[in-house]
Amino acid sequence: MKYLSQFCIILGFTMAGEALQRLLPLPIPGSVWGLALLFLALCLGIVKTEQVKDVSSFLISVMPLMFVAPAVGIVENWSLISDQLLPIFLLLAATTFLVFGISGCLTQLLMKKGGGRHD
Amino acid sequence: MTDLLAISVLPVSLTLITFLAGQKLQKKFRSPLLNPILISVILVLIFLSFTGLPVADYKAGMGTLSWLLTPATICLAVPMYEQFQILKKNLPMILAGVAAGAVSCLIMVAGFGILVNFESILTISLMPKSITTAIGVALSEMMGGMPGVTTAAIVFTGIFASIMGPAFCRLFRLTDEVARGVAFGTAGHVIGTSKANELSPLTGAVSSLSLVVAGLLTAVVLPLFSNFI
Repeated sequence: MKYLSQFCIILGFTMAGEALQRLLPLPIPGSVWGLALLFLALCLGIVKTEQVKDVSSFLISVMPLMFVAPAVGIVENWSLISDQLLPIFLLLAATTFLVFGISGCLTQLLMKKGGGRHD
Repeated sequence: MTDLLAISVLPVSLTLITFLAGQKLQKKFRSPLLNPILISVILVLIFLSFTGLPVADYKAGMGTLSWLLTPATICLAVPMYEQFQILKKNLPMILAGVAAGAVSCLIMVAGFGILVNFESILTISLMPKSITTAIGVALSEMMGGMPGVTTAAIVFTGIFASIMGPAFCRLFRLTDEVARGVAFGTAGHVIGTSKANELSPLTGAVSSLSLVVAGLLTAVVLPLFSNFI
């Protein structure tokens, strides 16, 4: 029963997220709305971590499985990307390198300035 | 054979078996190149081409499982909330780093796309490359991109960040554990986070917080670019 009620709570937030996506004129996926709502509910103490913990850990652990099907779908778009593979790879590698540097260096700079300590 | 595809038993078990095989391989050789998603995709494609079963049928059969992606993504709020409690003191620095990384990523991809004259559908598909597939694919779909290309770009980015991350840390002189976590999570999402976890538990925790924040931020900011691409 524990798992059923946890799953029920998560499905409730899923439905709320999907509803918000349809009600609000913003191009934000229902999953993001749902995530924000659940986070808010946890912060406000409306939902306790223990009330969703087991099922959420399970769902997060099987999540990578659900990416296989969309990735397999790449063969359907192959004609559009096959002659641009090199620029695509360059773009991905270069931006990953730069994002790594920008985000890391800024945080390190702020940590030093603000004298941020680790817990 | 075709009706086995239709009732989802074949697609789901095929995905499950190949994914587990990928996980086993990764555990054995500890190489980020042996990413379970990557291995599963390759094996599924080999299977489909040998049996001549259509990709569309396979994807349709996986629909019974795919709908769980939205509730699973929402569950990311739970670890995010737990890390928020642990990392309270460092939150402003973490959030600033993630925001700078996530926004600059979108600007760079869009700029590069315009520079080399990519079709806009391709640029849109590549823009969520550094965020978790859960949010990235949903975004790509909503903006009219190609989910297959987005998934491939995300997996490639994660593997690249995971392999090159330690070298990047030396190059950028990132010595701070929190700063390293922000870099791994913002640039390499879940796959980068597994590398961050190997470096230190604190780096891993910061990385998993960063990847969710980067995903959320990208979801809010990416649509603003739709007029420029």
